[in-house]
Amino acid sequence: MARNREGLVLLVDVGPAMHSVLPDVEKACSLLMQKKLIYNKFDEVGIVVFGTQETENELARDIGGYENVKVLRNIKVVDELVVDLVKRLPRGPVAGDFLDALIVGMDMLIKMYGAGQKGKKRLCLITNAACPTKDPFEGTKDEQVSTIAVKMAAEGIKMESIVMRADASGDVDERIIEENDHLLSLFSTNAIAKRVYVESPLSLLGSLKTRRVAPVTLFRGDLEINPSMKIKVWVYKKVAEERLPTLKMYSDKAPPSDKFAKHEVKIDYDYKVTAETSEVLAPEERIKGFRYGPHVIPISPDEMETLKFKTEKGMKLLGFTDASNILRHYYMKDVNIVVPDPSKEKSVIAVSALAREMKQTNKVAIVRCVWRNGQGNVVVGVLTPNVSERDDTPDSFYFNVLPFAEDVREFPFPSFSRFPASLKPDEQQQAVSDNLVKMLDLAPSPKEEVLKPELTPNPVLQRFYEYLELKSKSTDAALPPMNEAFKRIMEQDPELSSSNKSIMDSFSGSFEVKENPKLRKASKRLLRDKPSGSDDEDNRMITYNANENSIDTVGDANPVQDFEAMISRRDGNDWTDKAISEMKKRIVKLVEDSTTDEVDKALECLLSLRKCCVLEQEPKQFNEFLNHLYELCQEKKLSHFLAHFTSKKITMIPKSEAADSDVADEEAADFTVKQEPKLET
Amino acid sequence: MELDPEDVFRDEDEDPESQFFQEKEASKEFVVYLIDASPKMFSSTCPSEDEKQESHFHISVSCIAQSLKSHIINRSNDEIAICFFNTREKKNLQDLNGVYVFNVPQRECIDRPTARLIKDFDLIEESFIEDIGSQNGIVSDSRENSLYSALWVAQALLRKGSSKTADKRIFLFTNEDDPFGSMRISVKEDMTRTTLQRAKDAQDLGISIELLPLSHPDKQFDISLFYKDLIGLNGDELTEFMPSVGQKLEDMKDQLKKRVLAKRIAKRITFMICDGVSIELNGYALLRPATPGTITWLDSTTNLPIKVERSYVCADTGAIMQEPIQRIQPYINRDVMFTAAELSEVKKISTGHLRLLGFKPLSCLKDYHNMKPSTFLYPSDKEVIGSTRAFIALHRSMIQLGRFAVAFYGGTTPPRLVALVAQDEIESDGGQVEPPGMNMIYLPYANDIRDIEELHSKPGVAAPRATEDQLKKASALMRRLELKDFSVCQFANPALQRHYAMLQAIALDEDELGETRDETLPDEGGMNRPGVVKAIEEFKESIYGDDSEEESDSGAKEKSRKRKAADAGDYDFVELAKTGKLKDLTVVELKTYLTANNLPLSGKKDALINRILAHVSK
Repeated sequence: MARNREGLVLLVDVGPAMHSVLPDVEKACSLLMQKKLIYNKFDEVGIVVFGTQETENELARDIGGYENVKVLRNIKVVDELVVDLVKRLPRGPVAGDFLDALIVGMDMLIKMYGAGQKGKKRLCLITNAACPTKDPFEGTKDEQVSTIAVKMAAEGIKMESIVMRADASGDVDERIIEENDHLLSLFSTNAIAKRVYVESPLSLLGSLKTRRVAPVTLFRGDLEINPSMKIKVWVYKKVAEERLPTLKMYSDKAPPSDKFAKHEVKIDYDYKVTAETSEVLAPEERIKGFRYGPHVIPISPDEMETLKFKTEKGMKLLGFTDASNILRHYYMKDVNIVVPDPSKEKSVIAVSALAREMKQTNKVAIVRCVWRNGQGNVVVGVLTPNVSERDDTPDSFYFNVLPFAEDVREFPFPSFSRFPASLKPDEQQQAVSDNLVKMLDLAPSPKEEVLKPELTPNPVLQRFYEYLELKSKSTDAALPPMNEAFKRIMEQDPELSSSNKSIMDSFSGSFEVKENPKLRKASKRLLRDKPSGSDDEDNRMITYNANENSIDTVGDANPVQDFEAMISRRDGNDWTDKAISEMKKRIVKLVEDSTTDEVDKALECLLSLRKCCVLEQEPKQFNEFLNHLYELCQEKKLSHFLAHFTSKKITMIPKSEAADSDVADEEAADFTVKQEPKLET
Repeated sequence: MELDPEDVFRDEDEDPESQFFQEKEASKEFVVYLIDASPKMFSSTCPSEDEKQESHFHISVSCIAQSLKSHIINRSNDEIAICFFNTREKKNLQDLNGVYVFNVPQRECIDRPTARLIKDFDLIEESFIEDIGSQNGIVSDSRENSLYSALWVAQALLRKGSSKTADKRIFLFTNEDDPFGSMRISVKEDMTRTTLQRAKDAQDLGISIELLPLSHPDKQFDISLFYKDLIGLNGDELTEFMPSVGQKLEDMKDQLKKRVLAKRIAKRITFMICDGVSIELNGYALLRPATPGTITWLDSTTNLPIKVERSYVCADTGAIMQEPIQRIQPYINRDVMFTAAELSEVKKISTGHLRLLGFKPLSCLKDYHNMKPSTFLYPSDKEVIGSTRAFIALHRSMIQLGRFAVAFYGGTTPPRLVALVAQDEIESDGGQVEPPGMNMIYLPYANDIRDIEELHSKPGVAAPRATEDQLKKASALMRRLELKDFSVCQFANPALQRHYAMLQAIALDEDELGETRDETLPDEGGMNRPGVVKAIEEFKESIYGDDSEEESDSGAKEKSRKRKAADAGDYDFVELAKTGKLKDLTVVELKTYLTANNLPLSGKKDALINRILAHVSK
């Protein structure tokens, strides 16, 4: 096994107590296998289930015991079968012994790789740890576990246990759980063993580290207190976004008969003097330029090289300051971790001394960093202490980038205290709000914290890999619906909300909110007139809404509603015009084949059109149309309509209602009595 | 624009927030800086940051100089003009006395800022008295009124540009709170009336006038004497107007910086608190990394921008592909195909709203729970009445109880869990330091967090920890190295400063590039103070001991190198090199030789072989 490969044995408890969560376990494990197939396709995986009726493992065969432990798959390179295998785990009838399973798994790893092998060996145990373990032949359970753990550490096997702690129903024995917890904790003290408790399918999905990234230092060098005092440190990424895999572009242009077609797509860049010419500039005929005011300043690579900001690799301490001086929202990027060079004991101690003292006195350190030689910029950041709770882990620092003066856009915002009372909550409302903040609690105690980032998987990635698996089976597979487990991050926990129903109700009762229809339209207009940075965002959000109920015609049944819906659409600039012209057509139609009840409808439409034209500041559209309608009525001798028209006092839109109108107030009022209205240009 | 293939292939949609700083043509600003140059501006002083006395004139000019630089970097489409009043010389289209419009060649009076303008304006103080001169322009006998004239000139300058698409502003710098105070009552009334009328005319044309008053150390600028009417403040606003009128240079710069940048909403957000209560928030990008801007490719002979065209070519047939192009993911011996629509459907999992999930104590928000710059949230009642009230209530409760809200935000790709941290307003003498509101912090997912600590633990082996004495020494060191009054973002980005200094130098054909000070370097003077040196020495000694060999290297690296060197002995490299058989070895085997001889390990196999050959032949 090469250095960067992993040998993994999955140990899954399939006993009766686990049946309810097994579907989610299957999902989590298949995601793990899928990612191995994509990113680490030389990794090797074995699968062991315990709690089964059958017993099938080498240890049972060779020395006996180890019952109800079944090896589903011996350790071998991941393949397509493995995904299906973990998707259909058997359901076992027996309460399994996780210690037996661990020994079987360890034995498999040792036999496969031996102690000398490089590479990573990992055991992953998924259980609810609620079933009793058997007493060993000699000694205590504690001794047995310690022996196993020491052996594990000696063999370089890492262990990860995921313990399901869904709602503890009555029939579990607290004592056994306690004992098992204790046993599992013994592993952590003696071997590299991690233990997470998960309470929901969501955190189960998040608890299994599905993507194995070989950590790479982005800096190894000195943390310089001053030129004479230096601490050797390594810097890694602590947080880095896991993205979707980069999908290659595919060309279907090659004829199907071409067996050697690569189906690849190349990207060509042509640099042309103008769009029209076909003349292409060679690389040496172009030069980089940067915008500076109205000009673009050309800079040759030589100039760039001699003039650019030059840096020297290193981390320099600027000083210490109170943690309260660095507000949390100033952190600019994903986070790094600064650990002492593991081979330098003195550096480990120096970091430990600073980190512990910083934590004690609530201070942070400000440092200036250049990660690589010749890097074109520097970063100023803050070191915060990361004091280890585990004895075997050295203390370290987290590093966050702070903004430079140029990065800040300070706008003054009105003080809340200066708002009029009508915008501020009264005492009763404040009490209701206090209650909500207190009771809608996601972390009643540190152990019970839910929605921890550490255990929350990325829904988009999860969905993509599920879809990929389906598509690999059938090309036109439909996109699977969102996994139910993700409801927990997209909506409030129904249990939490229902137990706090009275609080939620009193909150919604105390804080009345209502739409402001008038201003909504006006602000929309503002948005359109002044395209700013916000536009893209708005359009994107609204497109989504519009897709749900996109009304693009004014129908027969509810013309007024249709029209108002259409005119409030914001996913394009022309909806206002479209809506208005649709409405005009509808009104003309209603007027033309008017019966008595159609008249009311037509008037209703006309009133709505007038209202919206005022809101949209489109007075001309309406005024012209009104003239047109007037003429039409006279032409067709539809005097009964005209009479209604007058009685409802429908007038042209005057200047006072819409600034763009060129109809004076008096004129507008006169309109209905005027026989020959003046036509506008 | 330079096209980076990596970038083109990025699976993520361009974050619209990153465009936040880039202005679009349509929303441009016209600004006239109106600077009082009366003798009083030169004679009055106030303390600057390094306790030196600076004249009010100097303060105004350096504020504007800084503001010009930020204009040219961030909003180079804005057009600006600089105009002094109360000057000896006059230069303006109206030929009015006491008003001098400052400009440089190849530039209209009101135009986009150029490198030359910035350069010359930086030097204006040297030549001001000689070339432009200071002279009180408000004379009661001759009925001269330079303030009136200045407003007239500014208004005429701002005639440019349609009032619909552009913001027009006048920034007025003065330290005279009662310009007509010394006049006879009748003259005073007359002048006041005409001046106010002039200001009102300008305001009616959509020009806003903003006042940046300078106070004397012993006498506050009294805005109620005259200027409150000029800038159109009434009762309430008057008390709100600048909690403290600028005294220090730094405060003034801050004020100007805050006011010059128009406030822009990055996004509108619907915040769903619970059933029936969804409020409206505005999100602002208050912190985003500033960059040198994109590269524009130019034709090296003409220096004119060139057009970059990108085309997708089928590698098999050479045919040009039309977008959108299908994508494939190799998966278990086959290629799984996705259309662009399918991929965007996968990413679309939410409505883009902000959904409250619950609350946690602030201690649950760890230092490594961060992905990218935060977004500032402030309520608005514009669309949903009642938003502000509900927001303030939650804001207060959260501060009171020391808790933050966890919410799901669908407006980013991918949607993320976010922490909403309530921020109370912080004010200082210079104005608002932190606005009241909530900061939305983007949280990582489990997939994004790496367990580095585990990598560095040695099971069963206790990690070395500091002793009591070492902690004490560390504490002493920290006290010595305390940064007093540290504020985030007090440093200018040296790389960016250098970049713009370079552009300015090239634009003006200067050979010399002025030194840009790197403020981020440790303060050497401070570090060399005996007390500090002693504290560091003591800490060092407590850790490393008397042993000057601070590198107490356990030698792991050296050992492994040596071991590898021994491995290399398996082959006679000299012999292999001579017979040309190096290529038969594997890369790993080749590298053993390179390691043993301290040669670089980079490059392809051919490069490695060449390196060995070169080394052997020496």
